[in-house]
Amino acid sequence: MTTAPAPILIVGGSLYGERTADLLIQDGAIAAISAEGESLEAPAGAEVIDAAGCVILPGLVDLHTHLREPGGEEAETVDTGTRAAARGGFTAVHAMANTTPVADTAGVVEQVLRRGEEAGHCDVRPIGAVTVGLGGERMAELDAMAGSRARVRVFSDDGKCVHDPVLMRRALEYVKSFDGVIAQHAQDPRLTEGAQMHEGAVSAQLGLAGWPAVAEESIIARDVLLAEHVGSRLHVCHLSTAGSVEIVRWAKQRGVDVTCEVTPHHLMLTDELVRGYDATYKVNPPLRTAADVEAVRAGLADGTIDIVATDHAPHPRDAKDREWDQAAMGMTGLETALPVVQRTMVETGRLSWRDVARVLSEAPSRIARDTTQGRPLAVGEAANVLVWDPRPVAAVDPAAHASRSTNTPFRGRELPGRNLLTLLRGRPTVRDGLVLDRSGAPVPGERGPLPAAEED
Amino acid sequence: MKHFISIADLSRAEAESVLATSEQMAATQSRSIRKLPTLVGTTVVNLFMEDSTRTRISFEAAAKRLSADVINFSAKGSSLSKGESLKDTALTLQAMGADAVVVRSSSSGAAHLLAHSGWIDQPIVNAGDGTHEHPTQAMLDAFTLRRHLGGRTGTAGLDGLHVVIVGDILHSRVARSNVLLLSLLGARVTLVAPPALLPVASGDWPCEVSYDLDAALAQGPDAVMMLRVQRERMIGGGFFPTEGEYARRYGLSEDRAARLPDHALVLHPGPMNRGFEIAGSVADGPRSVIVEQVANGVSVRMAVLYHLLASNAREDAS
Repeated sequence: MTTAPAPILIVGGSLYGERTADLLIQDGAIAAISAEGESLEAPAGAEVIDAAGCVILPGLVDLHTHLREPGGEEAETVDTGTRAAARGGFTAVHAMANTTPVADTAGVVEQVLRRGEEAGHCDVRPIGAVTVGLGGERMAELDAMAGSRARVRVFSDDGKCVHDPVLMRRALEYVKSFDGVIAQHAQDPRLTEGAQMHEGAVSAQLGLAGWPAVAEESIIARDVLLAEHVGSRLHVCHLSTAGSVEIVRWAKQRGVDVTCEVTPHHLMLTDELVRGYDATYKVNPPLRTAADVEAVRAGLADGTIDIVATDHAPHPRDAKDREWDQAAMGMTGLETALPVVQRTMVETGRLSWRDVARVLSEAPSRIARDTTQGRPLAVGEAANVLVWDPRPVAAVDPAAHASRSTNTPFRGRELPGRNLLTLLRGRPTVRDGLVLDRSGAPVPGERGPLPAAEED
Repeated sequence: MKHFISIADLSRAEAESVLATSEQMAATQSRSIRKLPTLVGTTVVNLFMEDSTRTRISFEAAAKRLSADVINFSAKGSSLSKGESLKDTALTLQAMGADAVVVRSSSSGAAHLLAHSGWIDQPIVNAGDGTHEHPTQAMLDAFTLRRHLGGRTGTAGLDGLHVVIVGDILHSRVARSNVLLLSLLGARVTLVAPPALLPVASGDWPCEVSYDLDAALAQGPDAVMMLRVQRERMIGGGFFPTEGEYARRYGLSEDRAARLPDHALVLHPGPMNRGFEIAGSVADGPRSVIVEQVANGVSVRMAVLYHLLASNAREDAS
């Protein structure tokens, strides 16, 4: 069903945004990279891609994606979710376990893996649940998932916090035997009963039950101390407050083996957006204050925060077209992640493109112990490559997204960048913003961003 | 005014205009025939997704006295209890041709959502949304204060008056609307509550905040508004140890009421927990304007409907 793709010569792009180079892709690998000031000859039959003005990065890796399949196919499937990922420049996504049934057995994680392989738009790495049914009471069979064909190394009850301190300790200890990591959704359940939005000046005015920063920070503080005590590896999902950044910074200084992530939306948006009661802005953890946004940007810039992860959380429209307190929490993110990082971190001078490769590709793969993704752009490496044109600016149009859901908080915002070409082991998965099937043709239904004139 | 959702949307001039219309409406209510033909041929829907007796009846009386047709759509025994969404309900009401929708919901922001979602074009009146706002309650409170104390201000507002609001501020839509409206009209507002029943950031509000009822009463306020302790909203619990301790610190007892200046009023939005936040003898005593608040509620709601519907009708005719 696949044919050996023709060689591809990517000409004139900027490697990591640092130096102009030509890249030759052949047989699924990076076959040659031109030296400083030199260029490469196109072999016979090669396709030549003009990448002048573009940045060449390793294919992006998302450590925190909700693909919703099995069970939530109205919102997303592995196929549509990985199409969205490819659009965003990702060559691998780690699929969260809160599906129906929950990914708490070898059977479910292998099913998700297989669906990803069938779709073929990017690699899918299943994340396993920490506890049976995300119930927070009994540990799931982590070793069985680790030993399955899905080779699970990241375990998370994301959406729910592993709040029992003894259970959290045991899970941290248990995964040491196969170098796994517990990715904690840090949210004290008692401090957030009925919580609707960040607790502060805006929640007080809007009369929405507050979601205090301390509910996140107290769990992170506890968990870094637990990780230190048992000598285990901890990853903190989507931290969102200035206090959380401080605690992780302190823990790293003590030598605790902790990593953490921030989402694109927490890098850009604040709780002021809740004033219109539009549930598009309802998310867990909630949008915080401008001071928190500044703190997570600073934390990402100084390396306290290791990675950007999308927490792509698609929902059907009916789950959002509701009163705020009845609406679902979550936002899509795969197709807007790099534009938001470019706008908030690169254009502000806080991250270089080399840093972007680290926080959106290399570090997430390292945390997940995936040695096949997040690799350097070097001769002999598998050709997981993103050619990113940072120059075009366009308003975000959810109707043009590949995701099955439209709950993006960036609707109508002008964001930069365009996915010119994405290669998955040398095969183009995206070209000019359109997702391609294995034959190289745009997948059915793929229409790309609408021209501005058609928007209304 | 297209909608009546939040006091935060009002200018002082608009608030004073509604109060002035309320006076005119109140004047008609002492006549032998109280019904006015103003809204003949219009249909007002009372969409009450949260249990309410007094507010629903008050809106119903207000609309009927303006000769509007009234459709009551309550949670119990309707499609709402079968899980119909607000969106589908709104689309239904739009299709049926309602001219205005008065909405009460346990969800903060429900009225705002109805007004701005595009599901329905008609004017929306907020009859209480979760713990956010209850703007017609604030209007009737301001109206009541002005009727009794207006002579002290010398203005069309409440300038210079001192109003103390006591109790469960955190869960009170009445308190939020009153802080905004009373301060907009020039009054000085002091909130009194145990710390756990104050929102975390209420220090930013246009009012003073105190934990000490006796100290606030010692300042000789012109009015004291007691709020109902909303046990049904107290998620997580533990806001105060016992009802007895709360009543001792924050209840308006006979002794405390006796320390108020002679002219000072006692208000309560109802329903009251007699003997808890307010002593029965105070609620029934000479300072109490609690029953009058109910009567004024009809006049104020007539005024709000008039501003939204009659003025629109005039624009259509011109």
